Amino acid sequence: MSAEQDILQELAGRDYEFGFETQIEMDIAPPGLNEDIIRFISAKKQEPEWLLEWRLKGFQLFQKLSMPTWQNFKLPEVDFQGVSYYAAPKNQVKYNSLDEVDPELLATFAKLGIPLEEQKMLSGVAVDAVFDSISVATTFKAQLHELGIIFCSFGEAVQEHPELVKKYLGSVVPQADNIYAALNSAVFSDGSFVYIPKGVRCPMELSTYFRINAKNTGQFERTLIIADEGSYVSYLEGCTAPMRDENQLHAAVVELIALDDSEIKYSTVQNWYPGDADGKGGIYNFVTKRGICKGKNSKISWTQVETGSAITWKYPGVILQGDNSIGEFYSVAVTSKRQVADTGTKMVHIGKNTKSRIISKGISAIHGQNTYRGLVKVGPNATNARNFTQCDSLLIGDRCGAHTFPYIESKNNTAMVEHEATTSKIGEDQVFYLNQRGIDNEQAVNMIVNGYAKEVLNQLPMEFAVEAQKLLSITLEGSVG
Amino acid sequence: MLNIKNLHAAVEGNAILKGINLNVKAGEVHAIMGPNGSGKSSLASVLAGREAYEVTEGSVDFDGKDLLDMSPEVRAREGLFLAFQYPVEIPGVSNINFLKTAVNEVRAYHGQPPMQAKAFLDMLKSKQKLMEFDANLMNRSLNEGFSGGEKKRNDIFQMAMLEPKLAIMDETDSGLDIDALRIVSAGVNKLRGKDNAFIIITHYQRLLEYIVPDFVHVLYNGRIVKSGTKELALELEEKGYDWLKEDIRLEEPVQ
Ligand SMILES: Nc1ncnc2c1ncn2[C@@H]1O[C@H](COP(=O)(O)OP(=O)(O)OP(=O)(O)O)[C@@H](O)[C@H]1O
Ligand SMILES: [Mg+2]
Repeated sequence: MSAEQDILQELAGRDYEFGFETQIEMDIAPPGLNEDIIRFISAKKQEPEWLLEWRLKGFQLFQKLSMPTWQNFKLPEVDFQGVSYYAAPKNQVKYNSLDEVDPELLATFAKLGIPLEEQKMLSGVAVDAVFDSISVATTFKAQLHELGIIFCSFGEAVQEHPELVKKYLGSVVPQADNIYAALNSAVFSDGSFVYIPKGVRCPMELSTYFRINAKNTGQFERTLIIADEGSYVSYLEGCTAPMRDENQLHAAVVELIALDDSEIKYSTVQNWYPGDADGKGGIYNFVTKRGICKGKNSKISWTQVETGSAITWKYPGVILQGDNSIGEFYSVAVTSKRQVADTGTKMVHIGKNTKSRIISKGISAIHGQNTYRGLVKVGPNATNARNFTQCDSLLIGDRCGAHTFPYIESKNNTAMVEHEATTSKIGEDQVFYLNQRGIDNEQAVNMIVNGYAKEVLNQLPMEFAVEAQKLLSITLEGSVG
Repeated sequence: MLNIKNLHAAVEGNAILKGINLNVKAGEVHAIMGPNGSGKSSLASVLAGREAYEVTEGSVDFDGKDLLDMSPEVRAREGLFLAFQYPVEIPGVSNINFLKTAVNEVRAYHGQPPMQAKAFLDMLKSKQKLMEFDANLMNRSLNEGFSGGEKKRNDIFQMAMLEPKLAIMDETDSGLDIDALRIVSAGVNKLRGKDNAFIIITHYQRLLEYIVPDFVHVLYNGRIVKSGTKELALELEEKGYDWLKEDIRLEEPVQ
């Protein structure tokens, strides 16, 4: 199979498209994790006392908690003292208008396909652009404000809407949830805040674009989304980072709160730098994401397309507390080169007639290792709870791996939990069939992979589905198995 | 158009084709018959460029070019089409998008611009009519969940869309119902022209009543052991292959 070898080789050597670095003067805190640095961050952001206290409590918890041992990969040693916990472009800490934003930053986001200038803004999508520790711009703010929608950086929300932040911060992901959640609660930098008022259907996609730029820093953003009764919002998160030889840590926390009859759709297209063909460099993407369907008839839907990062470690979950609430998880995770993904979801059924649906599509190529790990938990009061899980793995080549760990805990015998799983290889027959119709290997694999992932890609907002398809092709260009 | 000389091929070291000679000219229809396992599909696979087959000897000239030197997709773009004995399913890939991609790849190879949506749809419609092809199948995923006969018809429909110079049909008739066999044959007859050629692999003389071949060949144990006109197919239908095997055994050197 020499052709296959060639293609796999080429695939392994693919360049990362967003690996450039922005040259800009930065305000960077010295490396090290201690109370002083936390006070420094809090002071930089002019935070109220209660938030500083909360951060310090997070730091204490971080010191007490130990690293998990259950994951299906070798957890690399992370030197928490070697990382700088604050990096922001100099000059302006808070931009009042886009005119004040450093042109270098605007150029960076434009290069990433996220134009922030008024006349070029993506139509139908409001963007909050986060550069290292700081939100540099939020578009369409005024239009959203008219509807009472709050969409701003987390830092701004702390200043302008402290009561909402205080009420919900840490209410879905407790500080002590896991060591990385604790770390995030101590040192979180920026992130996005969304509040959709009662009965409002957010008329555009809200989106945050995260960019790690500075060397030797981590990114620890926090996102908090609250959908009040009867409201709807669709939110999208994208991200990239420069190519660097050392590993960088991204430990975010996302909390979603859906009240009665509301719906939150949260989509992620994750494209952090994955490291090179030998596994050197890349982002450690250790993220805690969770939503709570607090109110009855509410719905939270996670869609993720994970193509980047050296290690992806995350389980976006839903706590189905309100009766008749619905939780969904749609995932495509691609691991190529030496990438590792250990990802899945947690669906916790508490209320009556709660439903969850899990569609997971893993794709592994080269030496990629892909693990699905999912928990479906049904509490004693969750009468008539329903879950459907479909968990598929696709292998390209024979040096990669796919693993599945579905866990089910049911304390209610009216619950119905269904699980289906398949593992397949991209068939030589399929590729040959397409070849025979004039389609080359690269495009053939592309078509097969996109067909395989279609059910998940269909969940993405239109504008991003195309983007995600392109990403899949780039990550997997031309492999045959 | 196609000139096969002394073609030998092996799979995993096992010799399967053992010296095939065949000359197909534009405008001709050749039928290949022969017992199970004699190497008919293998010949088709070697011509289409399936990687598992190693050509150990011989040459194939396709319109003045060395066919064996081309990648499978280039062979396809040069106008070689294979209707598979077992068309594969490709879940989630829309039949229509696939077909559009295929058509445009072939066009690009010949320096033509991609087909505009409207022109493509017009072509689709006219070919659907020509081949009496069920338009509903177009909107489904490529062969996914298609019945055996539907897969065969989908392949033949692709053939009509791609307008190849040389079409190899590997047991297209098996799995087709009586009406479908007639419809598909009629379609193929409409596609016949002085500039294209067909190689039709079949077990049954019935298909050859609809698509009348210019030549009939018998493939046995990796070789073409007998060639004739359409009467040969009738003779085979009547007598089976045993009488040929007898003849061959006498000729074959003892190993
Ligand atoms: N991968 C393989 N490994 C070993 N032998 C193979 C392989 N592929 C094909 N063969 C053998 O090659 C021979 C020819 O097979 P082929 O499929 O070409 O036959 P055929 O004439 O098309 O038969 P049928 O009429 O049943 O379709 C058979 O004996 C088959 O078992
Ligand atoms: Mg056969």
